[in-house]
Amino acid sequence: MSAYCGQYHDELIANATYIGTPGKGILAADESTGTIGKRLASINVENVEENRRALRELLFLTPGALQYLSGVILFEETLYQKTADGKPFVDVLKEGGVLPGIKVDKGTVGLAGTNGETTTQGHDDLGKRCKKYYEAGARFAKWRAVLNIGPNEPSQLSIDANANGLARYAIICQENGLVPIVEPEILVDGPHDIEKCAYVTERVLAACYKALNDHHVLLEGTLLKPNMVTPGSESKKVAPEVVAEYTVRALQRTVPAAVPAIVFLSGGQSEEEATLNLNAMNKLKGKKPWSLSFSFGRALQQSTLKAWQGKAENVEKARTAFLARCKANSGATLGVYKGDAAGGEGVSESLHVKDYKY
Amino acid sequence: MVNTLTSASSPVADELIANAAYIGTPGKGILAADESTGTIGKRLSSINVENVEENRRALRELLFCTPGALQYISGVILFEETLYQKTASGKPFVEVLKEGGALPGIKVDLGTIELAGTNGETTTQGHDDLGKRCMKYYDAGARFAKWRAVLKIGPNEPSQLSIDANANGLARYAIICQENGLVPIVEPEILSDGSHDIAKCADITERVLAACYKALNDQHVLLEGTLLKPNMVTPGADSAKVTPEVIAEHTVRALQRTVPPAVPAVVFLSGGQSEEEATCNLNAMNKLNGKKPWSLTFSFGRALQQSTLKAWAGKTENIEKARAAFLARCKANSEATLGTYKGDAAGGAGVSESLHVKDYKY
Repeated sequence: MSAYCGQYHDELIANATYIGTPGKGILAADESTGTIGKRLASINVENVEENRRALRELLFLTPGALQYLSGVILFEETLYQKTADGKPFVDVLKEGGVLPGIKVDKGTVGLAGTNGETTTQGHDDLGKRCKKYYEAGARFAKWRAVLNIGPNEPSQLSIDANANGLARYAIICQENGLVPIVEPEILVDGPHDIEKCAYVTERVLAACYKALNDHHVLLEGTLLKPNMVTPGSESKKVAPEVVAEYTVRALQRTVPAAVPAIVFLSGGQSEEEATLNLNAMNKLKGKKPWSLSFSFGRALQQSTLKAWQGKAENVEKARTAFLARCKANSGATLGVYKGDAAGGEGVSESLHVKDYKY
Repeated sequence: MVNTLTSASSPVADELIANAAYIGTPGKGILAADESTGTIGKRLSSINVENVEENRRALRELLFCTPGALQYISGVILFEETLYQKTASGKPFVEVLKEGGALPGIKVDLGTIELAGTNGETTTQGHDDLGKRCMKYYDAGARFAKWRAVLKIGPNEPSQLSIDANANGLARYAIICQENGLVPIVEPEILSDGSHDIAKCADITERVLAACYKALNDQHVLLEGTLLKPNMVTPGADSAKVTPEVIAEHTVRALQRTVPPAVPAVVFLSGGQSEEEATCNLNAMNKLNGKKPWSLTFSFGRALQQSTLKAWAGKTENIEKARAAFLARCKANSEATLGTYKGDAAGGAGVSESLHVKDYKY
């Protein structure tokens, strides 16, 4: 068998293709309880289930927002939550034309003998968990592998362990009807230049696609969630056109045309930076046989969170901010973003946290 | 950070990229005229012609000097002897080709040798001093190279050893070529011998191509300055045939799953297919809707020369007839790269004759 051809074959392809619909992208709202706690703390909101629920209701029920989204990645708790009126979030999303997704990894663990490098765990009984999530309405999954750039990093061990971990996760998802998002994030931390990032990104992506082939993953039923190719966080910034050129070239050299869509992570970029970079990629001429879209967490929610402050009277204001970012990123997937959402509060604030763990 | 051809633009990289892109020009393809002395001997003996240098030279002159043919040809792969040969009037073949807009290429591998512990599987040799040889060929006018790796399908084949050895051998050859200004054609031929079905061929082709592109990445090869010469995805030679559309679908899908968009062109080998089969299959691929970020063209040896050889039969008085046959196949394959071939060259003698030779060695 060259690639998965079981009962979910056609559905996986249809769902992966749908997520890559031009004009749409993914809202990454899958912050674990610990991580969302940090976000809530930054606006002085207590980290209790009701507040976590209220935040997601704020986002998902923003009038007019869901048309710009093809998928929302959820944390397990959220998959089973409802609106204040008692409507399951999963139904809200589906009615809005948005596929529910689920984070299935269980975080990173250190690789012995390396300088702080990690692999990602979560394979045990993953099939059973995926089946359960499918029954609850999920149609895609996400698993984050993390690599970093240093004098001797990423090591061959890190690349191999993470690529194989991603491939194993991916085939298990497909066997259970979930489109796997393959996320090999190379952290932006460091003083390296954009050339170095390109070099590492190409090596890592090539290893990922070899592993996916080894594991018989159906590429047409997957998505890729890579970092954009940028200078390190301690290096001088470059123009969006330069980020676009290096990023698209790295993808052309490694990502087979069978992959329907690439949904970028935003890393530590500000909301506006991430949107401008995505826009530049979609304006760039050249071979791009996959759609280029977004899977943003912080870069879609930052100004929304600031506007909300956890107060019911701010919900409308917060929703306006959220809608603006959704619309801006939708425009960016079409290469037509004009920068008009740049005025929002906090949109240009860097969201970089050194050695980010979430 | 170490400088690689991939990391920053350079005159060497630019030339490789330009030449590889040129070879993939829609409407054009490659004539594989790089038969070794032994192999061309078999071809000549099939038409009762003696295998001496003058006859080998005359055959190539017949081909290269066919009026109107070179417009359909972006490159010609040559055997070393031919690189230094001339027309009867003393013009170097390399000049003839260049003036006709065809890049000269050179076969640089030194044949296959068996892998111990396998069931007759092979790897390809020719790495020793390859850089020096490439430099010499570049000076003589060559601008691309070719290296043929051979794999086969069987109950336990291709083995992991065969896949790894051939993929790594191809990648090592490729980077050495690029370091010396030659665009490497990467050719991982999976023989059609066998009774397997098309799904099996697709499975194996995808595995082999994935291994090749991983190895190319490992060796820092500039993909924009390479070409791929794969087999089409077909049923085994002992299996029932399928239509060109089915071959096109399986082949293009295999490429979509494994060949990065950075590769400018895929130049198919014809294997044991007849001239007409090879052309119809290529045509079907170019008619197919779907993502095809590389041009799909030909690098045919037997499938461009078979009817020409038959028509020539080694006789001077047949040259015009032979050239008409050659021009017809060039034009047909040019149209196939555009998806506009209507089958009008099918009438030539021998065009539908299978060229399959079991366990083919050349």
